[in-house]
Amino acid sequence: MDIWFFLIQVLNGIQYGLLLFLVASGLTLIFGIMGIINLAHGSFYMLGAYLTFWLLQSVDSLLLAIVLALPISAAVGYLIEALLVRVLYRRDHLDQVLLTYGLILIFNEAQRMLWGGDVHGIKVPAALNWSIPLTESLSYPVYRIAISAVCAALAVGMYLVIQRTRFGMWIRAGASNRDMVAALGINVKLLFGAVFALGAVLAALSGAIAAPISSIGPGMGDTVLIICFVVVVIGGVGSIKGAFLGALLIGLADTFGKVLAPDFASFSVYAVMAVVLLLKPRGLFA
Amino acid sequence: MSRLPRSLSILLSAAIILLAVYPLFGDALFPNKHAFLMQKLTGIMVMAVMAMSLDLLVGVAGLVSMGHAAFFGLGGYMLALLSPEYSAANLWVVLPAALTVVALASAVVGYLSIRTSGIYFIMVTLAFGQMGFYFFNDSKLAGGSDGAYIMVKPAVEILGVSVLNLGDKRTLYYVGLGALVGVYRLLRVLLASPFGRVVSAIGVNENRVRGLGFDPVAYKLLAFTIGGTVAGLAGFLAAIQYGFVNPATLSWHHSGEALVMVILGGMGTLFGPAIGAFVFELARMGFESVTEHWLLPMGMMIIGIVLLLPKGIGGLLLQLFSGRSKMEGGQ
Repeated sequence: MDIWFFLIQVLNGIQYGLLLFLVASGLTLIFGIMGIINLAHGSFYMLGAYLTFWLLQSVDSLLLAIVLALPISAAVGYLIEALLVRVLYRRDHLDQVLLTYGLILIFNEAQRMLWGGDVHGIKVPAALNWSIPLTESLSYPVYRIAISAVCAALAVGMYLVIQRTRFGMWIRAGASNRDMVAALGINVKLLFGAVFALGAVLAALSGAIAAPISSIGPGMGDTVLIICFVVVVIGGVGSIKGAFLGALLIGLADTFGKVLAPDFASFSVYAVMAVVLLLKPRGLFA
Repeated sequence: MSRLPRSLSILLSAAIILLAVYPLFGDALFPNKHAFLMQKLTGIMVMAVMAMSLDLLVGVAGLVSMGHAAFFGLGGYMLALLSPEYSAANLWVVLPAALTVVALASAVVGYLSIRTSGIYFIMVTLAFGQMGFYFFNDSKLAGGSDGAYIMVKPAVEILGVSVLNLGDKRTLYYVGLGALVGVYRLLRVLLASPFGRVVSAIGVNENRVRGLGFDPVAYKLLAFTIGGTVAGLAGFLAAIQYGFVNPATLSWHHSGEALVMVILGGMGTLFGPAIGAFVFELARMGFESVTEHWLLPMGMMIIGIVLLLPKGIGGLLLQLFSGRSKMEGGQ
């Protein structure tokens, strides 16, 4: 394999991994802190992509469309937490699975009613629509580098917020003992609503920035959801650090699987997961 | 698992009798849709078998599997692979062969999965299920993603005389009903046995079971294998009915639907998940006939049931009927 070709695949794998991390971090955050298995997380990814596509019909700039889509996603996430999920905190995990499964059905149908069953695309914004030449025949698109940069910046930002701010301290405290946090006078309901909305925003943002290099269509949320579950479980449920490493591992495994054994690309991701869990039954960082 | 309240047993038996006599009156009740309904009901009874087999894992042993459809699909694929292209397979050969393969596959998957627990178990079984899906989807073994047809239904002969014509829709209906009742009785007997009691105890508190000197791993593995094999039987019957198998039968969507039937019907009650299968499929049919956007009311129904009935439909029935029988006993 040519060294430049190899490098491009590594970059692609890292870019896909960073994007997966952005989606998966919300999933693992919500599970780690609130104990909720949120199957509808992939639906927020879909929501972000479709909202951006829809807003782009009225505004010109991709950036503006994304900025407008995020508060809508946050509101949807907050409302779902406040109206439905909140009832289930003391219930069995399986009740949450069933409720959020119901939400997936509703999201998928709402998507079909509002935007139809066609597959859409979004143009890469002109300012980022060029490539860095590597050799005479190979080059690397700048938009993918931009995605990686945004995801990496958010990963660092998230680390700082969780480790260094008061809000982050509440989140960490809520994860280990929510009753104690409530007893200390912190509004846990509001905190959980905020975390759920934050998760929704992270997923929606990922869907929005990934839209120009992938397609927008029915069922896109389900595919992402399953891959993100794989990431979260490999990393160790509830661990942000684990989600980060798991996402990179899966991003690279998927990319190289597609290059080296195209027939078994989808297989490779699940094989990686099976191997990791057989060696470490509770994930890399449980 | 304790015995059902008598009034509830009577109600369930009445429902089975109703299903048994339905083909006799179906024509008069629904003149235009009878054949369609009978086919639908056959499919639902087969799904009820699948849901009960999953309940053995989820509701009884506490093993929440998201890859159960893999065994369902494998059962169907075994029929497709073992059937000659243009002549009938012998049921007495293909059924045991298919179930043996499914049992072996579930034993291997079970052996590797039950080392994990909780959400990890959910995900490992999901991973194995998806591996099964991609195995049939990407390989050329049985038509790849297009699936494979079973042109001729298997022959059921005793001493060279055909005893059941599986091509006949009504016969197939009664085969489905027989499977539903037979598997229910079988699982009930199993759960009442010492083995079943240990498995139920593992579902409640695995550490105590270990403390009592049992090896939970062996019991869980056997329960997983039995559950998988019964799901394989359901898949085998479904493949006979539709004459077609495709990778979607193994996918996580299908596993998820079965899990929804179990939770909706009430975990661990065995009859509940069977009812869950009927409610789920009939609701889907009803909503589909009213609106093309049937997923919307379906999702709302599921959410409504979670919020209002924490123990599912089976739990509600048990509560209703045990309450009444206590009152009767008191008087």
